[in-house]
Amino acid sequence: MGYCPPLHAEVGPVRAVPPGWSRVLEVSGAGTAPGLAPTLATRARVLALSQLAEDAVLRPADPGGWCHETRAALAARVARLNHEDALANHHLARAGAYSALGNPAHVGQGARIRAALAFLDVLSQDPRDMDGNDVSRLHHVGISDADIVRLADLGAFLSFQVRLVAGLRLLAEAQP
Amino acid sequence: MSDVIRKFTKVIPAWRARLAPGDTSAMTPVQARALSIAAPLGQADDLLRLLAHDPETLSAHTPLFHGIMYGAAGLDRAARELAAIGASMENGCVFCAATHADRHIRLVNDTRVVDEVFRFGADADLGPRDRAVFDFARHLSDAPPRADREDVENLRGVGLNDTDILDLVLSTALFAWTNRFTHMLGDPVRAP
Repeated sequence: MGYCPPLHAEVGPVRAVPPGWSRVLEVSGAGTAPGLAPTLATRARVLALSQLAEDAVLRPADPGGWCHETRAALAARVARLNHEDALANHHLARAGAYSALGNPAHVGQGARIRAALAFLDVLSQDPRDMDGNDVSRLHHVGISDADIVRLADLGAFLSFQVRLVAGLRLLAEAQP
Repeated sequence: MSDVIRKFTKVIPAWRARLAPGDTSAMTPVQARALSIAAPLGQADDLLRLLAHDPETLSAHTPLFHGIMYGAAGLDRAARELAAIGASMENGCVFCAATHADRHIRLVNDTRVVDEVFRFGADADLGPRDRAVFDFARHLSDAPPRADREDVENLRGVGLNDTDILDLVLSTALFAWTNRFTHMLGDPVRAP
């Protein structure tokens, strides 16, 4: 079986949730949209959890083979591939010396990063076309199982964040 | 591999990992905690043990999943599951589509919607409310997302308010995440 929490699952223990703030509200414009505040207040907890997820994915205590700056650059790349420039700029601001990776036209230097970028681009844009070969190509250049999972998590989380921003913007724009 | 299931199905498949799942007896405290949150009854399966390679992300995903899919009030549970189905179809995750089809069927006590969308996809014959929800989920799932004002107006037209639409955004976006790791890290195969 795969990872799907069961029906009627209890919510597990979580870290302290910060006040109802999240980057996606700022980037989408939803945080200041007149009329939307009451709706956002009712979902403050999941919006805060989505911000905790960004912190966990992009700035984990144990980053493994992908340092925080590389992660920020890869996040910017996925946002850019999805035409979410404000979100891309938010991530790019933390990318430091790795900023070039945030540009989708950049293919990377060295087998490891080239393979990682190619993988991330397909995962972001054409997930249904992926198969076991995509994983094999990462193994082939010496990327460990744990770093493959970390990379997949990063691309998958950004795909979530991109759609949260896009959806919030649509809601903000649809306010009377 | 020939036993991989490629067509959408109501029968929940087994899931076969493409990488070696972590050894639960050799996990760090952070990994053990992530697994205890995701599988409080100790029922950690291969996908969970794989995700435990990145325990901080797993610990963030679990409460978000629960909050979005099972949170009280707002959009009804069946519509959230229909969004999950639409996203899973768009993203090509046969395993997630089957799992959430099963949940949708249990909630509405009817297989008609699932049968239609699995058989006809975007051309499924649906009632106006299911149509608006399914279309929004598919359009937001596209890469880049192509949901637009018309999709939102269609949702309002069938009675969804801002909170309902936000719940639909959240449940669709959640599966952009969940589908990708499930589909990428393993294959749906016939249950033994």
